[in-house]
Amino acid sequence: MSGKHTIAGVAAALPIANLDTDQIMPKQFLRGIDKAGLDRGVLYDLRFDGEGRPRYDFILNRAEYADCRILVAGENFGCGSSREHAVWGLLQFGIRAVIAPSFGEIFHSNAMNNALLLVAVSQADVDRFTRDVEQPASNRIEIDVDHLQVRSRTHDVKFTMSARHRAMFLEGQDLIGASLVHAAAIAEFERKHWDRQPWLQSIGAVVRARKS
Amino acid sequence: MSRTLYQKLVDSHCVLRLDEEHVLLYADLHIMNEYTSPQAFAGLRERGAPVRRPWQNVAVVDHIIPTHPLKQRVILDEASALQASNLARNCELHGIALFDTNDPLQGIEHVIAPELGMIRPGMVVLCGDSHTTTHGAFGALGFGIGTSEVEHVLATQTLVHRVAKNMRIRVDGRLSVGCTAKDQVLHIIASIGAQGARGYVVEFTGEAVAALSVEARMTICNMAVEAGARSALIAPDDKTLDYVSTRAVDLKRHLPRAVELWRDLCSDPDARFDAEHHFDASEVSPRVTWGTSPDQSIRIDERVPDPAAAVTPQQRDAAIRALRYIGLEPGASLQGLAIDRVFIGSCTNARIEDLREVAKVARGRKVDPRVRAMVVPGSGAVRDQAEAEGIAAELIAAGFEWRQPGCSMCLAMNDDVLRPGERCASTTNRNFEGRQGRAGRTHLMSPAMAAAAAVAGCITDVRRLERADER
Repeated sequence: MSGKHTIAGVAAALPIANLDTDQIMPKQFLRGIDKAGLDRGVLYDLRFDGEGRPRYDFILNRAEYADCRILVAGENFGCGSSREHAVWGLLQFGIRAVIAPSFGEIFHSNAMNNALLLVAVSQADVDRFTRDVEQPASNRIEIDVDHLQVRSRTHDVKFTMSARHRAMFLEGQDLIGASLVHAAAIAEFERKHWDRQPWLQSIGAVVRARKS
Repeated sequence: MSRTLYQKLVDSHCVLRLDEEHVLLYADLHIMNEYTSPQAFAGLRERGAPVRRPWQNVAVVDHIIPTHPLKQRVILDEASALQASNLARNCELHGIALFDTNDPLQGIEHVIAPELGMIRPGMVVLCGDSHTTTHGAFGALGFGIGTSEVEHVLATQTLVHRVAKNMRIRVDGRLSVGCTAKDQVLHIIASIGAQGARGYVVEFTGEAVAALSVEARMTICNMAVEAGARSALIAPDDKTLDYVSTRAVDLKRHLPRAVELWRDLCSDPDARFDAEHHFDASEVSPRVTWGTSPDQSIRIDERVPDPAAAVTPQQRDAAIRALRYIGLEPGASLQGLAIDRVFIGSCTNARIEDLREVAKVARGRKVDPRVRAMVVPGSGAVRDQAEAEGIAAELIAAGFEWRQPGCSMCLAMNDDVLRPGERCASTTNRNFEGRQGRAGRTHLMSPAMAAAAAVAGCITDVRRLERADER
C-alpha cells in the first residue's frame, strides 16, 4: 500500500563514494545570480566529455534512464562545497530523491531546505537497490514518505526521518517565516548577549569603519 | 553538568530550543561572498523582508575575482562581473560592510575575517562556504551554510541548527622539522576518513595543537570539513589572545572583561565526548595526496596503495577510480613525479607564515622551467606584508608568479584553471575530480612541499632540500 506522499519512478545507480558537490555542479555553472539553468550542469563531467559530447555509456544518458527521478548513490554523497546549486540543479534535472548510506552535512541541510528527499539506509540496502535498478527492467523505486518505506523490485526497507524534516518535506514549511515568529525572542536574546559581550555588537560595521 | 566547548557555545547562542534536535542559534558574524549570496538577497526581496542586523554582516568578492598582477582589477567575465556588482548593490541597499574588488583589504573571506580582527573567541560565525570551520582556531564556532540558510540568517540573524555530536582529537608529541599543520591534518584525515567526523563538531587538543601558531591552527580547523566535520574548535589560549587583541583594536576597553569570559571557553575536564581519537605529531611526515579525495594521502616516502588492499569494496572502487583519474599505478612513488603547475594559495595555506615557508625553500633557487608556479596571497594585507618583508621579491626572482588575492585555482571559478591532464602541486584543501579544472590532477601538500615541487619540477621531499635558513 502506498501513502499519499510517494515518490515513484525510474532510479539510476551512481555507486561512487564521496561524490562531491563540485562534481554534482561544476564551477562554470556557479556564475549566475539566480537559480536558472542549473539542470545543464548536473554531473556535467560525467555526462559529457571534454568536447561537450554526451557520454552515452553514462547511466543518466541511457534511454532507459531518461526519466530518472531517484538516484541510488554511494556513501558521503554531496560532501565538500556548500553550494546549494547542487541541490537546485538536481531538482531541475528531475531528481526528487537520493538514496545513499550517508550524505555530506551541508548538502543534507540544503536538500531539506528544498524538499529534495534524502533517504539514508545501510550500504547493504543500497547494494540491493543498486542491483535491482542496474537492470532497466527493474529500475523503478517507490519511496513512501508516509510510511517511511523504500521499495524496489526485490527489496524493501524502512527508513527514518526526523519529525522536523518530515514536516518540512510534507508541508513545505516556510522556515524563515517560522523563525520570524520568534523576532521578539531574538531581540531579547540580543539585548542580553550584547550586554554581556558588547564587543560582539555591530562587529562587521565597526571593523569596516575602522579600516576605511 | 560538565560541558564540551561546543556545548558551551551552543548554550551561549541558543535563542530557543525548537525541538529535541534543533536550536535557533544566534550568529554574531555572517560573512558573505558573491556566488552563494545572490539568490538569498533575491529571496529576501521577494519576501519584502529587511536584513535584521546589517551590521553583524560583512561581504567580500573573492571566489570569481581574477588574480592577474594588476593593481586595478577588472572582471572581464560578464557573468562574474555581474555577481560582483550585484553583491555591491545588495550591500549598498542593506547597509552591509563590503570588501569590494579593488579594496586594498580584499582577500579570501576566511583570511580577511581573522586578520581584520572580526573573529573573536566565543562567537558564532556563519558563511555560505564550507571552510567556515577555519574560525574554530579562535574558539569561535564556524559553520558553512547553504544559500537558503544565508537568506534565513539575513532575515533573522539566526540559524536553525541541528545539534551535532562531540568528537575530541588529541594530538600529543611534536611535529618534526619539515612537517607542518597541513601534514598533520592530512595525516588525521587519512586516518579517520573523508566522513570520519561526519555528524560531529571536532575539538582539537593536546600539546601539539598548543604548540601551533594561530595561523597553523586555522589550517587544521579549515580542513576538518574534509573529514566531514560540521565544525572544528580549538580552545583559545594566550596565543589566541595575542592574535586577537592586536587586530581587534576596538576590543581594547573591553579586554579585561573579555579575557575573563574567554577563560571559560574550554571543555570541562570531565566533559563527555561521543568519539575520541589520539595522534602523535612526531609520527607525522610530509604528506601528499595520491587520489581524488582529501583522505587519500600518503607520506612522501610511501608508495601509492594497491586498491586490492582496501578494507571495504567501496574504498577499493574509490581507489581504482581515483588512480584512473589521477594517472597513477598502485605501488608508484610520488617522489619524482613530474608536475606542470604549482598553486600556492587558498583559505587553507595563503597566510603570511605560509608564504614565509615558501620563501625559505625558494630563496636562491629557480622554479623548474617546465613548471608554471603561482602564488596567490590570501589577502591584500598578506600581499602587502610579504612585499614589505621582501618575500615577494624573492619569489619573483625565483620565477614564481606573484598575484593578487582571491580564491583563485583552489576551485577555479575565475580564469586560473588547470588544463585537462595537467598535474598540480597545490596547497589547497580539495583534490576532487575536476576541482581545479576538468581532468586536472591535484596533489594536496604543504606550502613548503609545494615550493619544493616548484623548484624540483617534480614532487619531492622538502626535507631533502637545504632550507635557506640553513644554507
